[in-house]
Amino acid sequence: MSARGMASRAAMSGGGGSAFPVAVVVLGILAIWYVAAVALNSAWALDQAGRDGVTLSARELVADTWSQERPRLPAPHQVAVELWNTTVAMPVTSKRSLIYHAWITLSATLAGFVLGTGLGILLAVGIVHDRTTNASVMPWVIASQTVPILAIAPMIIVVLASVGVAGLLPKALISMYLSFFPVVVGMVKGFRSPETMLLDQMRTWNASPAQTFWKLRWPAALPYLFASLKVAVAASLVGAIIGELPTGAVAGLGARMLTGSYYGQTVQIWSALMMASILAATLVGLIGLAERLTARAMGGRA
Amino acid sequence: MNVAVIAALGLWAGAWWLNVRLAARATSGPGRLLPPLLFGVTLILLWELLVRGLAVSPVLLPAPSAIAARFATSTDILWADVVQTFFKGALAGYVIGCGAAFLVGVAVDRLPFLRRGLLPVGNFVSALPIIGMAPIMVMWFGFDWHSKAAIVVLMCFFPMLINTVQGLGAADTAQRDLMHTYAASYRQELFTLRLPAAAPFLFNGLKICTTLALIGAIVAEFFGSPTQGMGFRISTEVGRLALDMVWAEIAVAALVGSAFYGAVALVERAMTFWHPSQRGR
Repeated sequence: MSARGMASRAAMSGGGGSAFPVAVVVLGILAIWYVAAVALNSAWALDQAGRDGVTLSARELVADTWSQERPRLPAPHQVAVELWNTTVAMPVTSKRSLIYHAWITLSATLAGFVLGTGLGILLAVGIVHDRTTNASVMPWVIASQTVPILAIAPMIIVVLASVGVAGLLPKALISMYLSFFPVVVGMVKGFRSPETMLLDQMRTWNASPAQTFWKLRWPAALPYLFASLKVAVAASLVGAIIGELPTGAVAGLGARMLTGSYYGQTVQIWSALMMASILAATLVGLIGLAERLTARAMGGRA
Repeated sequence: MNVAVIAALGLWAGAWWLNVRLAARATSGPGRLLPPLLFGVTLILLWELLVRGLAVSPVLLPAPSAIAARFATSTDILWADVVQTFFKGALAGYVIGCGAAFLVGVAVDRLPFLRRGLLPVGNFVSALPIIGMAPIMVMWFGFDWHSKAAIVVLMCFFPMLINTVQGLGAADTAQRDLMHTYAASYRQELFTLRLPAAAPFLFNGLKICTTLALIGAIVAEFFGSPTQGMGFRISTEVGRLALDMVWAEIAVAALVGSAFYGAVALVERAMTFWHPSQRGR
């Protein structure tokens, strides 16, 4: 989908082995995209030509399908131009700047992500250390994910707005709900990953539970933490975008998509989607970077 | 502080104490289910008592009893919504998306070059907010369930593809060498060794997709739908501030989602009984 994001991901994953195949696959997707744009937009182009009484040559037809004002599927370069126009070529303060909208979404994403991660780690600590929490809360953590929170996000936004809670917080709550689950599951696994032998060793040293936690369980859980954080931040971004869909929202990538769909501005929808993809790629990439830095600080064994 | 609130606090303390006792005792058999059950019942009772005790407006948070009553009186509407959203939209998209991803996965597996290229891309796409494509799908395929199925196809495709490709690589080199010494054809190797070995991965993908399918179908309805469907009902009833109906719809969504997941998990258990993760239960 996002050529830029994919390229950066390919660069990040390094290991020269996969860079070339990934580039080929990305180029293939772009080629399919261009062909699909011709296929989907040609009906409109032919219709227009028919009304004007002109016959289009194949070359003119293709050129037209790739440059329509409101195409069914905008060509990649149209999206790229729109993206450039609304980010670099526009002051950040403008209401039409995608950077402004992306920032609105990003702030809710990050707030929800931090809250969700904190809650997730706390719950995991409780579940690992306390039998009662483990027996009674863990099944409900899993059950909580059967509620399709994305589907009721608009309700939560509307209800909270009627109590006077508006703006960043409701969106952050939805992001939090979505992101705490992978963290709980990953961290419970991580905290339990030290072998019995290591735990016994801590006991023979007469380590307190706190010492066992900080010197054994926490370092052992770090690889699991980063893996869950990547999932959580992606979920968190989706939550923030969906949280912007209700009619009240006027800013943010989700609101951009909604207004785009109301007015048939497909290029605007696609550029918002691209921006969201770039955000997702950047966030996941940053966590990957933090993971590698931590691994190095810990002696490169994680 | 009134009676209901005090009763709620008392109930909380009592249930907590009981749960500590239960959790310390029960480790196996049906007793294992008691603590979570008690926890759930406590939560619902607390909700009921607090809503009544604090006189919370039903526009903000209806009591569980009100939701249950609404549920009981409007089962026909709820069922019609389930048919529209789940059976038409989500299930069709789920079958098409997972089926296509499986076939592409098997095809891609024959070309190592494509596999190396597609796996990172697929992993990346799985992290993208694909659900944002919903308005585009509604634009392309219209308001009825076809557009919902389309977004579900998109959402399910990549997680399933990744799991298929990974699963097909799961068979041991030793086992595959053994198949070679038997002079097994590609088809024989695929069906007798590699697909069975891939089953745990395939089912993992199928389970992930159950949740995605329901969410995709419901969210797509926010961008336009016929006058029934779970997403349509939720958004219109929120507009009318009939929150009890919304919560009833949420309960239905949770039930349908759990049932769908449970059904896939049951099939998994029947088909991959040999796998370590399924044994010893």
